Amino acid sequence: MRTYVLKRLLLVVPTLLGVASLVFVIMRVIPGDVALLILGGDAGNVDQKQLVAMRAQLGLDQPLLVQFGTWLWGVLRLDFGTSLWTGQPVTEELLIRLPLSLELALLATLVSVLIAIPLGMLAAVRQDTWVDYAVRIVSIGGLAIPSFWIGILCILALVIFFGWGPPLEFTPPWVDPWANLEMMLWPVLTVGYRYSAVTTRMTRSTLLEVLREDYIRTAWAKGLRERAVVIRHALKNAMLPVVTLIGTEFAFLIGGLVVTETVFTLNGIGRFVVDAVAHRDYPVVQALVFLIAFSFVVVNLLVDLTYAWFDPRIRYR
Amino acid sequence: MATRVVLTHGTASATLAPRLTLADEVVKFVRTKPLGAAGAAIILGMLAVAASAHALAPYDPYRADYGLQFARPSLEHWFGTDEFGRDVLSRIMYGARIALFVGFTASFAGCTIGALLGVTSAYLGGKVDLLLERLMDVLLAFPQLILALAIASILGPAVQNVVIAIAIPIIPRAARVVRSAALSVKENVYVEAVHALGASRPRVMLQHIMPNVMAPYIIIVTAQLGSAILAEAALSYLGLGAAEPTPSWGLMLSGSALSYAEKAPWMPIFPGLAISLGVFGFNLFGDSLRDALDPKLRGR
Repeated sequence: MRTYVLKRLLLVVPTLLGVASLVFVIMRVIPGDVALLILGGDAGNVDQKQLVAMRAQLGLDQPLLVQFGTWLWGVLRLDFGTSLWTGQPVTEELLIRLPLSLELALLATLVSVLIAIPLGMLAAVRQDTWVDYAVRIVSIGGLAIPSFWIGILCILALVIFFGWGPPLEFTPPWVDPWANLEMMLWPVLTVGYRYSAVTTRMTRSTLLEVLREDYIRTAWAKGLRERAVVIRHALKNAMLPVVTLIGTEFAFLIGGLVVTETVFTLNGIGRFVVDAVAHRDYPVVQALVFLIAFSFVVVNLLVDLTYAWFDPRIRYR
Repeated sequence: MATRVVLTHGTASATLAPRLTLADEVVKFVRTKPLGAAGAAIILGMLAVAASAHALAPYDPYRADYGLQFARPSLEHWFGTDEFGRDVLSRIMYGARIALFVGFTASFAGCTIGALLGVTSAYLGGKVDLLLERLMDVLLAFPQLILALAIASILGPAVQNVVIAIAIPIIPRAARVVRSAALSVKENVYVEAVHALGASRPRVMLQHIMPNVMAPYIIIVTAQLGSAILAEAALSYLGLGAAEPTPSWGLMLSGSALSYAEKAPWMPIFPGLAISLGVFGFNLFGDSLRDALDPKLRGR
């Protein structure tokens, strides 16, 4: 197990280095000059001296390799630099938006689990009946319907029928839980429904697999009630892939909800990256892409390690 | 339906397993996988609408009619008109072309490149495998939207650039699936045999391994089709896809459709329905196809 863990940990390094290089290159290839954007002009009407001074101030006059080295060295010391626009440390800017994104991801995951596990279980136990078909249609539908469209319809219905729109200002739940809920409820429900679809299908298929195992037949033969067989014996053993799937989804949800955040005008991490790309705010984009990739890689690592922990066959491959 | 085959030597005869004609296969698929058949029907309908949009559409999707802005759904305009007085139904019909074009090309290109890389990775092994796998890791970990954003900023917002932005994240997923399938195919005796006969590496990969990983390849192509259509809608909605006045479903949901949504709710409702129905069809079909092709799931 130790060699396996060590090997997997070592493989994380080139992946993150690759992501860091890729985002650095992409940001430099995108046309547009941040110094020019900050001075707010076209190439014609901005004083050249001012432009050169601004570039020097932002550290953009240095060779690309030096810039890349400085950035990597900063990442190693957990210093992500300062935003080119606000001059604030990127970490501080990030911390302003993190609570919203984290809460959204957490609640949406919770909603998806509450929908998915019972539905998936029901579909597996009643396989090939109308219950199964209904659950599958609902879950495939959840994958097919764009979540931003449901979001649009939600807002539209609220505005038309109740003359009420969700608040625009984010209130942390520890300040005013009610105002917070008012804002988060609809995004959480739309995202939760969509991601429940994936989990429902996973629950159904792994449970179907487990229900064919010998020990389940034994449990039936012992004369246990259906509830005991399904929940106590089958569900417990089917949960591992489901739990890991939920983990990967959660990691994705933190930074991946750009469209939902746009629909509900939420000021979260997703919008933050997109705005930063539009502003050519290199340190912010680099830091956020790196952190999103980092959480993705770490969650995947944890998933693989959990599997290896439970299933010794994986370690020796 | 059993076919009796008399061998030419005339001495022996054998009864082969019933061979199904194409029609029989279709009937069997519809019987055993009603959901998949429903999906196929939706896809066929969408293809038909896209192919004959010029004949079916009651109006020109680009023609503005300022006398008829925000017309309610009526007998003349079934799905109403938008802020330029353009017929929403006609725009949705033409939009099917874009959705299908982006879906098929992105999914096909991404999966094919991924499959080639996966087979190479599995067959050559060693350093090549290690390197390609790390490259796939990087692509998987990189946020898709940032990639799309960058591509749109570098190449400009256009339908064909959206295809690139959607195809790239598909590559590592396809590569993973095909690589693991190719790893087991590679161990077969026939691969060793063609090797011993002196076949070159590309020949072994393309002629002998590739055909044997077709099942996972087809599964992943169909699985990615729906999500590619959805991705196109999301990117166009964010203004990174097709530009006005292209009748893209995602674009029809963004911008003006939202600001006028209260006044003209049909503007966002119908394109969204079209996206959902199309992706729903592809997902239903892909799901059943996976069940039918994947030996592990067969007979469930």
